[in-house]
This record gives sequence, C-alpha cells and structure tokens, in this order.
Amino acid sequence: SLPGDIARSRFSTDEDLTPYDDVTTYNNFYEFGTGKGDPAENAHRLQTDPWSVTVEGECARPGTYALEDILKPHALEERIYRLRCVEGWSMVIPWVGFPLGDLIKRLEPTNNAKYVEFQTLHDPEQMPGQRRRILDWPYVEGLRMDEAMHPLTILAVGLYGKVMPNQNGAPIRLVVPWKYGYKSIKSIVKIRFKEQQPVSSWMKAASKEYGFYSNVNPNVDHPRWSQARERRIGEFLKRPTLMFNGYEEEVAGLYRGMDLREHF
Amino acid sequence: MVAAAEASARGGIPAVWQRVITFLLCLLPLAWLVLRALTDQLSANPIEDITDATGTWTLRLVLITLAMTPLRRLTGWKWPLRLRRMLGLFVFFYASLHLMTYLWFDQFFLWSEILADIVERPFITLGMTAYALLLPLALTSNQASQRWLRRGWKRLHRLVYPIALLGVIHYYWLVKADVREPLLYGAVWLVLMGLRLHLPASTSRMNRQDEKKSL
Repeated sequence: SLPGDIARSRFSTDEDLTPYDDVTTYNNFYEFGTGKGDPAENAHRLQTDPWSVTVEGECARPGTYALEDILKPHALEERIYRLRCVEGWSMVIPWVGFPLGDLIKRLEPTNNAKYVEFQTLHDPEQMPGQRRRILDWPYVEGLRMDEAMHPLTILAVGLYGKVMPNQNGAPIRLVVPWKYGYKSIKSIVKIRFKEQQPVSSWMKAASKEYGFYSNVNPNVDHPRWSQARERRIGEFLKRPTLMFNGYEEEVAGLYRGMDLREHF
Repeated sequence: MVAAAEASARGGIPAVWQRVITFLLCLLPLAWLVLRALTDQLSANPIEDITDATGTWTLRLVLITLAMTPLRRLTGWKWPLRLRRMLGLFVFFYASLHLMTYLWFDQFFLWSEILADIVERPFITLGMTAYALLLPLALTSNQASQRWLRRGWKRLHRLVYPIALLGVIHYYWLVKADVREPLLYGAVWLVLMGLRLHLPASTSRMNRQDEKKSL
C-alpha cells in the first residue's frame, strides 16, 4: 500500500470512476505488447523495486536518484482525472501522485531548460514488447516547461489508493490530463532538461499523425479517428469530447496565440 | 445423389456434408464472439472487440475463398469449387456485421459523422469501397444471375481480387504501429494471385468443364 494519508484535490472531477478492473486490463503499453490485454498479461515481468531515475541536462542537480529519495519530500494526493486516448475512448481514473512541478523545482533547472524529456525503461527482458521494433525504443515523451510546471501535471505512483499496477506504468508515470493518453509516459527512468523541443516516439513513428503538443482537441481530427466524440469505457453511447479534455479553463492560457491546428 | 454416391465410393465426405461442415465452421468465429460476450470475456471496450473480430474474419474468409481455385488446380479435388459460393457469402455476412457494428454501435447512424469519416479517413474510404464492390457479388451469387449474366458473371466476380486487396490495405492503414498481421494477409493475397497466374487454368478439357459446372 501507499505511505501516509492521501489528500483529496480540488482538481479532481466528480464524474463516475471507471472500474478498477477496466483500468487495469485495458491498456496501451506497447512495451508489453500491442494488444489491449497484453500489458495486464505480461507486466508481471517488470521489476519495480529497486528503481532509480536519472536526471540529466540543464539543471543544477543532475544525478541518479533512488525512487524513495524522489518521493520522500512529497505528500501524495488523489487526482481523479479524465483520461482521453487518441483512439477515441476515455476513462475516469483516481490517480495517486504529486505535482511534477514540485519535483522540478527541487532539481533546479537552469534558464536554458525550456523543455523536459522523459524516457521509459528499455529492457526487452522485462518488457517483451520491446523485442520487436514497433517503436524506436526507449519510449520518449516531452513537455514544454510551463506544461510540466502546471499544477494539473502530476507524477503518479498509484491508482485507486493502491500502488501503481505494472501495466499502468509502475512504479512512477506521468499524467497530463488535457493531453492524449500516450503523452503520459509510463515507468519513467530518465528525466532530461533541454533547450530544444524533444522528439517523442510517436512523432518519430508518424509525424503527420502525432504532434509534440497532442492536446485533446475535438476540432482537430487525427487522420485515423475523428476526435469530436469519445466512448467512455463502460458506456454505450458516445459523448462529445471536450476542448483540452475538459481542462480548458485551467490550461487554455498555455497556448494563447498558438494555432492549434498547426501545433497539434 | 450422384455426387454423394461418387464421393462415398471414393471414401470421401459426401457433398452435402461438405456443405454442412463448411457452414458450421464459418459460423464458429461468430459463435466464439457471442460466447465471449455472454461470459464477459470481452475487453473493457466490447464494441472494439466486435469490430476487430468481424473485420478480421471477413479478411480471413475472403482469402480462404480465393484459395479455393488454386487448391482445386493444385490437388485436383472437386470440393474446393463446390464450397466457394458459400464461403463467398460468408465473406459478405461478416463484412455486413462489421459494417453494421460501425454504423450502429460506433456512429449510431449519425450520417454526417459517417460521411466525414468516408471522405476524410482513407482506411474507411477503402473499407466502404470494398463493401460497395462486394454487394453486387453477393446479389448475383445465385444461379439465376449466373445464367442471366453469362460470361459477364465471371468477369464481375473477378472483382473479389481487388476487394480482398482493398480489405488488406484497409486493415494496414488502420493499424497504429504493429503491421505484422496486415502484412501477413497482404503476403497471402500476393501468393494467391501468383498461384492463380502460374497454375494453368485447366490441364484438360474435363477440368475446364468441372470448373464451369461447379461455379
């Protein structure tokens, strides 16, 4: 179980939660296979203890940190967020975590740090999906610094009050609720502060389909899927997709003046 | 009767049983899907599972149908051609289930969305085209149409080759990253086309007549 009291958050939605079984058996985590059920089946191979995270690049405190040392100063809170997958389905998940911004402050990025890049573990022994080059492993994602510092952006270590299941990105993953799910990188082993915009794995795989920002936007279609509506897992009828996944009030300011069709 | 007697004389399965067995085998994927649904074995997104299963089996069945003529030519067996029509109709059956799942459960007959999908999403454009081409084949699969269309019938039904290819590409364009399965189907299609071109249409006049009779 998770240490300490888990505080509630004003950022939580009061929408109905997606059942635990659905959250933990229907996953996109290609490191364990491309089928939705593959992660739940294969992720037991992943060793999450001990775990360390390497911090590199434009910051005053680079180094390799044990996970416990990363977590120690932070009080955990519950964040009930909508999760919108680019494939047109969505869930409501009670994550447990802490703001990424709090960790970034401790790492003291320099003025050159304009972006944060993350990497998932690369170990085909533990992650059998990596034995084939579905993507250019390791999985890479990135955020602009203001996105990373935004209070909605968290590092999650659990869900439903429990330790994060491996298939959901144990032991520590990103959750950025106003972006498509693939931005919320799982099983993080590296954080790098950069001056240049990172190139994510999906941008490398198909740059016309996946942009750097990947904000949930019902007005900008993906070539394979209309993004106007979504199916909430457990529901039959589709519901309209909300701008920035319903977090418009909180995050629209980050993108003021930007053409979101161009910066998709 | 004659065929059955002939088959049993050679120790084979009578034609009528060949049809019954094929019919039941072709229903197995649907039965399996229904069983999974009833026993709660589908994923958290059952509509996706239904779409996947019906689409995959449409593709597999169209390739199996295409394999019948080369199989006949390679082996000399007669049953592949006898079963071809039923197999083809099952292709249409699964394609229809696939399309209905999309129109009904995925789009709820929201025609503006469906039209936008057809125009903007190439994989849907292809899927719809394939179905539109399949429709006349299903409608003319009876013997009356065969007589009525004469030579044109055979030409019309050669459409099944491009239809199968459209199906393969439809699947290839849909997949996000792991394209092994659509590529496998594409390879099977190529092999079947190659066999068709390289195996002589008939080695004897008798063979040719067999093929005609059992169309």
